[in-house]
Amino acid sequence: MSSETKQILTTDGIPLEVSLKKAEKKNKIKAFLLVAPLLLFLFITYVFPIGEMFTRSVDDKMITNMLPKTFKAMEKWDGKELPPEEVFDGFYSDYKVLIENQTQGKLGQRLNKEKNGFNSITKKLMRQIKRNKIDESQSIKQQIMKIHKRWRDVEYWQAIKRTAPPYTMAKYLKGMDMYLAADGSIAQVDEDRRIHRILWLRTLEIALFVTIFCFLMGYPIAHLLATLPMKYSNLLMICVLLPFWTSLLVRTASWMILLQQQGVVNDFFVMIGLVADDSRPEMMYNKVGTYVAMTQILLPFMVLPLYSVMKTISPSLMRAGKSLGGTPFIAFWKVYFPLTIPGIGAGCLLVFILAIGYYITPALVGGASGTLISNQIAYHMKTTLDWSFASAMGLMLLSGVLVIYWIYNKLVGVDNIKLG
Amino acid sequence: MALPTYTETRYRIWHYFYIAICTFVFFFLIAPLFVIFPLSFNAEEFLVFSEGMKRLDPDAFSFRWYHEMVYGTKNPWGLAAKNSFIIAIFATIGSIILGTLAALGLSSRHMPYKGLIMAVLISPMIVPLIISGVAIFFFMAKVGLAATHTGIVMAHIILGTPFVVITVTATLSGFDHSVTRAASSLGSNPVNTFMKITLPLILPGVISGGLFAFVTSFDEVVVVLFLAGLENTTIPVQMWTGLREQLSPTILAVATCLIILSTLILVTAELLRRRSERLRGINR
Repeated sequence: MSSETKQILTTDGIPLEVSLKKAEKKNKIKAFLLVAPLLLFLFITYVFPIGEMFTRSVDDKMITNMLPKTFKAMEKWDGKELPPEEVFDGFYSDYKVLIENQTQGKLGQRLNKEKNGFNSITKKLMRQIKRNKIDESQSIKQQIMKIHKRWRDVEYWQAIKRTAPPYTMAKYLKGMDMYLAADGSIAQVDEDRRIHRILWLRTLEIALFVTIFCFLMGYPIAHLLATLPMKYSNLLMICVLLPFWTSLLVRTASWMILLQQQGVVNDFFVMIGLVADDSRPEMMYNKVGTYVAMTQILLPFMVLPLYSVMKTISPSLMRAGKSLGGTPFIAFWKVYFPLTIPGIGAGCLLVFILAIGYYITPALVGGASGTLISNQIAYHMKTTLDWSFASAMGLMLLSGVLVIYWIYNKLVGVDNIKLG
Repeated sequence: MALPTYTETRYRIWHYFYIAICTFVFFFLIAPLFVIFPLSFNAEEFLVFSEGMKRLDPDAFSFRWYHEMVYGTKNPWGLAAKNSFIIAIFATIGSIILGTLAALGLSSRHMPYKGLIMAVLISPMIVPLIISGVAIFFFMAKVGLAATHTGIVMAHIILGTPFVVITVTATLSGFDHSVTRAASSLGSNPVNTFMKITLPLILPGVISGGLFAFVTSFDEVVVVLFLAGLENTTIPVQMWTGLREQLSPTILAVATCLIILSTLILVTAELLRRRSERLRGINR
């Protein structure tokens, strides 16, 4: 018997297998079409703009576009001694074009960032060209070199050559307090100017400790909520859910009131005689404020996943542990605790992810020593307007978060996130 | 929680210690919200309890700051509240429509690359707001929607849809697909089936997702700070400016109103959750 005779046909005479595949494909397309609007919307307004942050952060085309002839001529130059005549010719004609377009100032500023002293010598060159002091029938190289001794210094030409590639990693290096040295190697910034590394470490430290505090405070109450009878636990659950639903700014404002020097917490300390009235400790605008406020704000995100896991653990397991001769502590440690590990993982990862990107609370109660990397990003977006640096730092933070998100997805699964 | 009579003393002590810790944590969670109420009735201009308030002197309390919030000259709260509600309502509608459709697709067993697509759809909830803010700002500036209501609504749809997707997918996980097939076999077209059969059944999930989206938009400040012009100021933006610059008790009056609002939302969300659990038969 051949296989064809075994084939089952539908009423239209099409093999069932083909017909089924067609129907499956139709269903697949149908399902995808339902997701498509949101997916498309997110890609256009969200995913691509994040990608654009990357191009913005590595973009260094400005000089590449300003000095095309110079870089063409520099291709043949080995970069060890002063460049040949053609490079000077190229630079001279490029620079003349820039003067005509009145954009020569930008070149000077940008080159000055690469090597100090460029601004003044490019200005000098500009004045010479504007006064028609340069005779194009003579050697351009000799005339430029005569304008200022720095034009005779090979290091300045090497600096120009370094700006040739249209892309740069400089912003990322700057985010880690490093820079590209003159010989192309990666060097460390002077010790007293390493501000970003401190911020990264502080962000990690605060996120880590907030996670630990949330865990230490969240575990007992999640356990209590899960073991109490429904009518009591529902009431206590409000204590967790009301802060969860309340505006972040309201909660931050209440901490600002509580923690200020004349605030309620300090009043209480004075009342019980812990501190003297005239030496009230500063609890806001420093790390303490950030820790306290962030722990309270993120605590519900720890309690809810823990609670949903603990709710599924049968109380008879603990009783069995005890009846088999374990003390309550051993029964808890050997039976109950291992069963709650999925909840601990979910809660800790969620709190850590949220804490590492926190912005509002540290900005309001953190002061100078309690601010995080997010505050630095906002500072560069709004104040210095160095958007490419802000993008680079944002992406460095994002890559860290995505790694944790990936782990979270592996451990918990994003489709298992529960809300409330 | 009563302890059995045979409990040893050390476990008894441990148990009371545990209750004490829990009490402290619950107090830590909820007490900060209550400090706002009395202070918002402060008759004076400072954000501390005055001597009069400590003595419960009636003269130390007043509605002064509520009056200021509503009738104050040049006060920004009216415009901010109007903007906040308009933006939040439109963002909620957008999130519900896009999120529910996507959740319906994702719950189909025919959906290809389910895990990957879900991860992308949820990402705005996970990515730090400051990064979302920067990216969305670049996009809105490029298409000329920065400092417009439309731009902010779109930004809040991005941030709000993950919640709708999550809650509706959860509701659909207990959904019996044979009822929609029954409707189709009785001659109903897909739109009619959705409106008459599917939607009423998943409505609790849709509404609670919508509540999340509403609160997200209503409370969101980081992205709005990047996008908003003077005309688009919202309540959170005003609170942010107020907390940074001139700390006035008017903020506490606003905060009290917001706490009342969030209590209402909490009650609605809880009722919906219980109803949905009852419908899905997971009432424990």
